[in-house]
Amino acid sequence: MLLRLLLSFSIVIFSAQASARLEILITEGVNSARPIAVIPFKWLGKGPRPQGIAEIVSADLQRSGQFNPISIDKMPKTPSNSSNIDFSLWHDMGVEAIVMGEVKPAKEAGKFTITYELLDVVTGNMGMPEYSPTLDKRRFTVEERKFRHLAHTVSDYVYEELTGEKGAFLTRIAYVAIDRKSTHPYQLRISDYDGYGEKSVLRSKQPIMSPSWSPDGKKLAYVSFEKRRSQIYVQNLYTHKRELMTSFSKINGSPRWSPDGKELALVLSKDGQPEIYILNTITKALRRVTYNRTIDTEPSWTPDGKSLIFSSERGGRPQIYQIELTSGKTKRITWEGEMNLGGTITPDGDNLVLVSRHNGDYKISVQDLDSGELRTLTKTELDESPSIAPNGSMIIYSTVFQGKKGLALVSMDGRFKANIPAKNGEVKSPAWSPFLK
Amino acid sequence: MNLTMISKSLLIALPMLALGACSSNSETDAQSTEANKAATEAAAESTADNTVQTDVVEAVALTEEELLVQEYTYAILETTVRFGFDKSMIQPRYTKILDAHAKYLMDNQDKTLTIEGHADERGTPEYNIALGERRAQSVATYLENVGVSSSQIELVSYGEEKPVNFGHDEAAHAENRRAELTY
Repeated sequence: MLLRLLLSFSIVIFSAQASARLEILITEGVNSARPIAVIPFKWLGKGPRPQGIAEIVSADLQRSGQFNPISIDKMPKTPSNSSNIDFSLWHDMGVEAIVMGEVKPAKEAGKFTITYELLDVVTGNMGMPEYSPTLDKRRFTVEERKFRHLAHTVSDYVYEELTGEKGAFLTRIAYVAIDRKSTHPYQLRISDYDGYGEKSVLRSKQPIMSPSWSPDGKKLAYVSFEKRRSQIYVQNLYTHKRELMTSFSKINGSPRWSPDGKELALVLSKDGQPEIYILNTITKALRRVTYNRTIDTEPSWTPDGKSLIFSSERGGRPQIYQIELTSGKTKRITWEGEMNLGGTITPDGDNLVLVSRHNGDYKISVQDLDSGELRTLTKTELDESPSIAPNGSMIIYSTVFQGKKGLALVSMDGRFKANIPAKNGEVKSPAWSPFLK
Repeated sequence: MNLTMISKSLLIALPMLALGACSSNSETDAQSTEANKAATEAAAESTADNTVQTDVVEAVALTEEELLVQEYTYAILETTVRFGFDKSMIQPRYTKILDAHAKYLMDNQDKTLTIEGHADERGTPEYNIALGERRAQSVATYLENVGVSSSQIELVSYGEEKPVNFGHDEAAHAENRRAELTY
């Protein structure tokens, strides 16, 4: 009933496909990546060829910043299985690995059987029968509408085989889109990590902020001003069910799910200035974490769930601190730069990703937690809201590009950079989902 | 601007005052009753034979804003207080505005003021929510020091989420660092 009421007032929750789509434009880092050949999959059926899989895999691998897929017109041949491959042709071009496959109609109507193979060119070129060049080989049977997700699955296998790290191609991003011409200008949207399949999950006349994914990828916590004040909600993405978490006077902000998915770290200013609290999402029990007379905000959990890092003005300008939850022991962890904000620890626990201000510019930076060394990753301006891919390979963040607020990507080593401009309006506050499979 | 509601209540109050003034003239009570008799007869006649017709003109009334200005000076119509970069101190040029609103709130104890705090886009959205609240709080503290009851004041910070200038330059940033007073 609450939902029905909301529908008629300032909020619309819906799942219709929105027309706008984000497009990733790579600006830097392709040349230093590893050459790879992703050969178009051979269509073995009759009639028109279903949508391409290799194209999606190729784009995924390129956007990872690790690989540079060679263009199809430069390929010496376009084989579709590993028998009788002349590896020397590929080896001479410097290609390290070959991705190939075949698509044919399955026995069951409407489905297709896809085989894929990943070959190591160096091993193949040695021509030693006791060493197989095949690194991975799989078969899948799916409907055509699932081809995009299947292609991302193939990309995950290829990426993991060649880098030793799990791929993050089957993930999504949540973000806030602002279209001031719309009756509901503030929209919480979700798309695949590559911008496809964009959907609005909440539209409002008032601002929406700070989306945070639950660790199971099923729910989003966010801040909504729909009642002309800040409130924290949790929305189930599969059922539309929304639940109000906090509605205290003044700030209700910055929710972040705990790694076990039971609690939300958040910011409330009901007791004076903004302070960090932890809310049990089931019992709604609230406990205060920080006690300080200045601003404490932007809590983020360490991967082990035992500490929070947060931004605080206790030392003057905002810097990033860490508090151990059982002991309450607090330490400052950033020292360089005019101010440091918006910190998140990488999934491996080794680095801190943050927004660092140097000479008045706000840039995404990464600090090695052991050495304390701080490196600036971006060349963009007014960077904010960094969110790390679940495999720790890439950071999505919000920035101003050609006078408009949009999203951008940068790899953890800073070599790969891409812009994701908004087609209309502005986009901000990106949040990268956890692994969804 | 959200002063419409205030002004409406004043529009009701003013004619009431005028009525009170008319009825308090006791010396001429008897005479006026006599005169009234004659007037009633005359009115009935003229309507009957239709030789004269009367009409009315609209009274020259003050606008809602003028009524407020009369009572609280022009400053009452100003509802925006701007701030320096990373600052939440009230600059002296805004004290007239805040004094006018303080007087209005003290005269009208049933009114509630919402102070919206805003920040420019520099820094993170979460930090800007905190900065916006600090600005709103700064305005609230000023009003309370003048004598406004804290129960008449509500704070909400929109941080960088509701800019008035959508540009990304220094001028836009200066315009967006503000507190807005809404009733």
